[in-house]
Amino acid sequence: MADNTNPIWVIADQESCSLLPVTSQLVGKARSLADALGADVEVVLLGDGVEAQAPTLFGSGADRVYLGNAPELANYHPDVYTELIVGLAEACKPQIVLLGSTSMGRELAPLVAARLETGLTAHCIDLDINADHVMEQIIPAYGGEITIVCPERKPQMATVAQGVFPLPAHDEGRSGEIVPISGPFTHKGRIEILEVVIEEPKGIPLDSATCVLAGGVGAGDSDGWDLMAQLSKELGAGLGCTRPVVDEGWAELETMIGQSGKMVSPETYLGIGLSGEQQHMVGISGAKTMIAINNDKKSPIFSQVDFGVVDDCREFLLVLLEKIREYREKQVSC
Amino acid sequence: MNIVVCVKAVPDPKEAGNIRIDPQTKTLRRANVPMVLNPLDKNALEAALQIKAAHITVLSMGPPAAGSIVKECLALGADKGVLLSDAAFGGADAFVTAHTLAMGVRKNGDADVVLCGMASSDGATEWVGPEMATILDMPVATMVREIISHDDTAWEVKAALENGYRRMKVRLPAVLTVTRDLNTPRTLSFSGIIKARKKKITQWGLDDIGVSAEMVGLKGSPTIVTEMRAIEKTRTVTFMEGTREEKAEQLVQKLVEVGVL
Ligand SMILES: Cc1cc2nc3c(=O)[nH]c(=O)nc-3n(C[C@H](O)[C@H](O)[C@H](O)COP(=O)(O)OP(=O)(O)OC[C@H]3O[C@@H](n4cnc5c(N)ncnc54)[C@H](O)[C@@H]3O)c2cc1C
Ligand SMILES: Nc1ncnc2c1ncn2[C@@H]1O[C@H](COP(=O)(O)O)[C@@H](O)[C@H]1O
Repeated sequence: MADNTNPIWVIADQESCSLLPVTSQLVGKARSLADALGADVEVVLLGDGVEAQAPTLFGSGADRVYLGNAPELANYHPDVYTELIVGLAEACKPQIVLLGSTSMGRELAPLVAARLETGLTAHCIDLDINADHVMEQIIPAYGGEITIVCPERKPQMATVAQGVFPLPAHDEGRSGEIVPISGPFTHKGRIEILEVVIEEPKGIPLDSATCVLAGGVGAGDSDGWDLMAQLSKELGAGLGCTRPVVDEGWAELETMIGQSGKMVSPETYLGIGLSGEQQHMVGISGAKTMIAINNDKKSPIFSQVDFGVVDDCREFLLVLLEKIREYREKQVSC
Repeated sequence: MNIVVCVKAVPDPKEAGNIRIDPQTKTLRRANVPMVLNPLDKNALEAALQIKAAHITVLSMGPPAAGSIVKECLALGADKGVLLSDAAFGGADAFVTAHTLAMGVRKNGDADVVLCGMASSDGATEWVGPEMATILDMPVATMVREIISHDDTAWEVKAALENGYRRMKVRLPAVLTVTRDLNTPRTLSFSGIIKARKKKITQWGLDDIGVSAEMVGLKGSPTIVTEMRAIEKTRTVTFMEGTREEKAEQLVQKLVEVGVL
């Protein structure tokens, strides 16, 4: 078993040379875990032209940055990145490895974990060190939370979505050591990335919306979903959803809120036709006002909101849309 | 072309809310939630069914009752059904699930492509596909949303990113995990059900796939659950009362107060 003071790792995630916020958030969390253990925080930073990001990582709490800087590393390549990280991990023996639940992290984490023959916990909402110096990984499930540990094998590995942990305050005075990773950055030729295409997001971005409307499977069908979309437009709210809505094909996976989707912090949250399952609710943090519409007065959602309407959402939304328009007309006329 | 599709029996996602943590015993309280085929695995099977002249094996690890979803896949058009079932397999985390399935793929022989759903609706780790690829020493593409072209040596696919996609070429044999954008799964037909009656499900246990008991199930799993907590009530709700119109008016008022309107 590795030593308690072995380093804690964060695998950096960047796009066009700038770090994704989740990376700094994880470095901040890694710092507090490391302080509890008396360990160092180390970041593996791979890309092309990313060296300028090192001071940000130091300022967030990193002690050391392993820097792989080369044109071949510009885009994430599963085989190249896995090979580099596994090689480095075998040499440096980190006790913990954290990755963001980004599209890269979701693929890279299991590739690295399987090579290192260790455990991996998905989409954690909290991390802690217990009395045995083992990392406790908290995930929501079944109307509550469960704690998972990986006590025997090292490293202990976890992914965490962007927004779960706050951005750490940047400490200008902190500095650290940069350790360059030398190649080769070649691969077996079994995967060829032909192009990476960035698409324009549709609708109001959920991350920055001050009001978020989340619709659940209570919408009933795509017509019911259309009412949700109309209401969100009317309110200028970001439109999010629960998992079954994605399964039904009414909304895109990118708009799913929760543990394995987006984390949002609107001022006002409106949950309509959804049951308030933890896996969804952990995706909303810091909302001042929470409102729910559900046809079942006993639904668990009502113990998690400030205001509730018990009604069939499809019938109710039609009337609500009408009332909003009436309100608007009155505003204009006076 | 030999394709293996990994399919998982999951509690019906529409009723999964009935599985709760019992606040007293801190164990799972399961109302009788029926097991169904994991939604995204239908897309994986559909992708295989759309490849001409493919020989399709569906592979599932689960209790004997999971045989029903293997049967369903046979009725949808798969050629062979394999159920990995053994008391020792219970309690497996993603890593040993991937390992056990990989050994099943190996025993089945000569897979050109292994297809998985991107995620299961109950575990939802998304780990099983890529971990299996590692164990089988195959390349992987996760979140495949389009198959652009395919031949016996390589598949060209679009794999989703959170804000776009990667167009990539993957040499066979390979593991692909798929999203629901890939296709629209077919539904069961009467003739399919009749035909599937004659197809037999192959069942393999620990000895058949040649794995030691230390490597499977709860015993072999690197991760373990140590604690379960039920969530307490977090806010106190005030209900809007009255007729539908009155409730709507109160809600409009509330939305004005909080500055949404
Ligand atoms: C590992 C894992 C990760 C997950 N991650 C996520 C995640 O990130 N995000 C997520 O959302 N889910 C996630 N889930 C799924 C989650 O557990 C729940 O299944 C899901 O959030 C429930 O969605 P829902 O509330 O829309 O559906 P349900 O739980 O089925 O609730 C539907 C609600 O609608 C109400 N209703 C029905 N008809 C009407 C009507 N006509 N008018 C008004 N109300 C009506 C019902 O009373 C009910 O309360 C995850 C699950 C797992 C296992
Ligand atoms: N027990 C299992 N039997 C067969 N396939 C599985 C099993 N568990 C997971 N899978 C496959 O792996 C995919 C991802 O599952 P998960 O890693 O649990 O999100 C599923 O969509 C299935 O294709």
